[in-house]
Amino acid sequence: MTRFAKLIPILVLAWGSPGCFRTEPRIDEAVRSQTLLIGNGTEPQSIDPHIATGVPENRIIAALFEGLAGVHPKTLEPIADGAAERWDISPDGLTYTFHLRRNGSWTNGDPVTAHDFVYSFYRILHPNSAAQNAYMLYPLLNAEAFNTKKIINFGEVGAKALDDYTLELQLKGPTPYFLGVLNHYSWYPVHRDTVRKHGGDFKYDSLWTRPGNIVNNGPFHLVEWKLNDHLIIEKRDDYWDADQIKLQRVYYHPIDNGESEQRAFRRGFIHLTSDIPVHRIDWTRRHMPGTLRLDPYLGTYYYRINLSDPEPDASSRSTKARRALQDPRIRRALNLALDRDAICKFLNGGQLPAYSFVPPNAAGYQPSYTLSPSPETAQELLAEAGFPGGEGFPKVQIVYNTLESHKQVAEIVQEQWRKNLGIEIELLNQDWKVYLQTVQQLDYALARAGWIGDYADPNTFLDLWLSGSGNNQTGFANPIYDELIHQAASASDHDERMEHFQKAERILLEDLPIIPIYFYVSKRTVHPHVIGWEENLLDRHPIKYVSLRMP
Amino acid sequence: MPDSQRTTSPPRWLSMLRVIGWRLLQAIPTLLAISVLTFTIIRSAPGDPFANDKAVREEVRAQLEEHFGFDQPRHKQYFRWLYRAVFEFDLGPSTKQTGFSVNEIIAQHFPASLELGLYSLLIALLVGIPTGVIAAVKRNTVIDYGAMTLAMLGICLPTFVLGPLLLLLFSIGLGWFNPLGWEDPSDRVLPCLTMGLFYAAYIARLARGGMLDILNQDFVRTARAKGLPALQLVWKHTLKGGLLPVVNFLGPAFARIISGSFVIETIFFIPGLGRFFVTSAFNRDYNVIMGTVLFYAVLLITLNLVADIIQVLLNPRLRFDS
Repeated sequence: MTRFAKLIPILVLAWGSPGCFRTEPRIDEAVRSQTLLIGNGTEPQSIDPHIATGVPENRIIAALFEGLAGVHPKTLEPIADGAAERWDISPDGLTYTFHLRRNGSWTNGDPVTAHDFVYSFYRILHPNSAAQNAYMLYPLLNAEAFNTKKIINFGEVGAKALDDYTLELQLKGPTPYFLGVLNHYSWYPVHRDTVRKHGGDFKYDSLWTRPGNIVNNGPFHLVEWKLNDHLIIEKRDDYWDADQIKLQRVYYHPIDNGESEQRAFRRGFIHLTSDIPVHRIDWTRRHMPGTLRLDPYLGTYYYRINLSDPEPDASSRSTKARRALQDPRIRRALNLALDRDAICKFLNGGQLPAYSFVPPNAAGYQPSYTLSPSPETAQELLAEAGFPGGEGFPKVQIVYNTLESHKQVAEIVQEQWRKNLGIEIELLNQDWKVYLQTVQQLDYALARAGWIGDYADPNTFLDLWLSGSGNNQTGFANPIYDELIHQAASASDHDERMEHFQKAERILLEDLPIIPIYFYVSKRTVHPHVIGWEENLLDRHPIKYVSLRMP
Repeated sequence: MPDSQRTTSPPRWLSMLRVIGWRLLQAIPTLLAISVLTFTIIRSAPGDPFANDKAVREEVRAQLEEHFGFDQPRHKQYFRWLYRAVFEFDLGPSTKQTGFSVNEIIAQHFPASLELGLYSLLIALLVGIPTGVIAAVKRNTVIDYGAMTLAMLGICLPTFVLGPLLLLLFSIGLGWFNPLGWEDPSDRVLPCLTMGLFYAAYIARLARGGMLDILNQDFVRTARAKGLPALQLVWKHTLKGGLLPVVNFLGPAFARIISGSFVIETIFFIPGLGRFFVTSAFNRDYNVIMGTVLFYAVLLITLNLVADIIQVLLNPRLRFDS
């Protein structure tokens, strides 16, 4: 027996013997074969451009499909590197005519035509499509009406194929950011016959996007998809711009655990990560200099304040808190008593403190008014509202979805309000789906939130607060605010438009259904071998401009 | 009891078949109860499968609910699910992984969990049993204390600590293995060690306990007195009986091991079934929850039965009809 026991470690070692020497990191071999290895966060829910909604999905879909116009990888300016080789815009800014390139093709050899786009817009806008991103097409004339069944004839929607290669789009108002929106996957074309072959236009869980079934028009084609393991795409040699593309293959690994992802990066298993945990930032700065990428990201981290009337039969504790929060002085006090610098310092990733809601540099927008924190003013406001020194202030609860960093931010907020205002805050973490329900049913007092811009324009942040907007979820409703946003939508002059936005944001910051906390950064580690992974506000990285090179 | 009746007692294999049949019959109400309970619990949990960080329009939600049949009354949904599961072997579609069915998810991901489990179990047995047996034979010596301290450590050291430690040492430090993944054969080593050593610790303690029981019995003392060599005594006479607690433990443990471990599959990024158990609950992916729970229940019942049979075969004092 004892002799046998001694054999065990040897057996274990022998079993692992293929790995019993230092193996070459996977990324070195990958440079030779031009294979990009991406840590992609979570498993994509779908890669149907009309069904998908998330960021990991976007990275894959943008490599498989292409829309009418692309964006410059650095400046995000619209460029004609997509399905259209050029376009004309009418002087009133309401009609866009796209001239499609003749050599654009689907993976099955069919040419990409204007009819494909019209069909695709029909598919995503159709009320039966269950497409959550259909609203992205609302700048099109009558698109919203068709999507919400107000009209039933798609012919009235502003999308017409003048011939096979000419597409005319009519907008409902001048939309300066329109070309930028076209790079969002909701605007990508799908192949009609393929979609129909696999269950029809609107089959929600159609199998047309599976390897072997899928027909797409972008620079790469889908080779393999194994859930929770990898999704592999390969370069298309028949793509119209194939000569420009150096990458041969891309692996997307949905590594949802930040620690595992960082280990994979350190060991040379992947070229780039989807994120980096807060506590890993300093370590990476010291030990792997040149790999840490912290770039401004068009997003705002904030708390929602529930302005809606609490129902009389709601639980008494939250009722009291919610009544108190209906007083604008209290909302202002909470806002002014918060030291956002301390939070950003803790997060350690270059996040910017938010004293307004729209992140800086969205299409050149600058707010005309910002919050200026001051604990003294906050205390005065609180006293004015009847709670001097925080005395008698009901216990307010902050709801957040379970995540370490949300908890840590909430704890800092809790501490600061205790110190600066003398009020007690309770923290309540909820599992993601429960949290969503709590917020959507307006069953909270304060709730964590984040908003990432769909395109680089203040509109994507400010139309959130329109009365009755699905994502408002605070009960905030102000007719003057709504009017300003609508005026901005029909303004054709840039300065005039920005002015409307500034006025609207000022109303938002005076009424304060929110507590802006910080502006996001995109944070990840990128291996020096990766060339062309440019920083930009939307964290979009067109894969056709990325390549690998030994430094 | 008259002699005539005793002679009619059925042969061993027949009573074994009878027991198996009876246990399989018992499994039906058990599985039904599990499915009803699971269904009730997940459906009464707050949150819905289609909620997203962007608000979902009411019309869209209504379409999705209709598509997946969630607009029907609860009991109808349950019976439809049951009918399909039993008569069509169809566990329904996933709501999170659009276009993937639960059958497909289990078929794609169970093999990795099974492989991970089998290797881990092998390690657990190869390390655990000898350690336990040696500790029992050398009881109250340094060897015994050392082995049991290690075993205690193994039980107390959670896999989410041991796994990253092994990775830090052997993957990032020495560069012998990949830091994650399940492609290369060598990718199996660290996760299987992590899981195997954890169970080895349990098995060592059980084996030691079982062996001590046997070694204290009269027939062992007699054998020793007769001058039987220690190795032969352990090997031939006591091992079979001493390992009964291990066999007992292995039935349910085996089902647990091969149905996947969320922690290990997450740390080592293994495409196994264990992650679906947990993430499907977070995602309110009703069909995946039902499917994986029922799959696990069937595994558990089957392997418990197998363990019981092995136990009777190993232990002459037990009979199938007892």
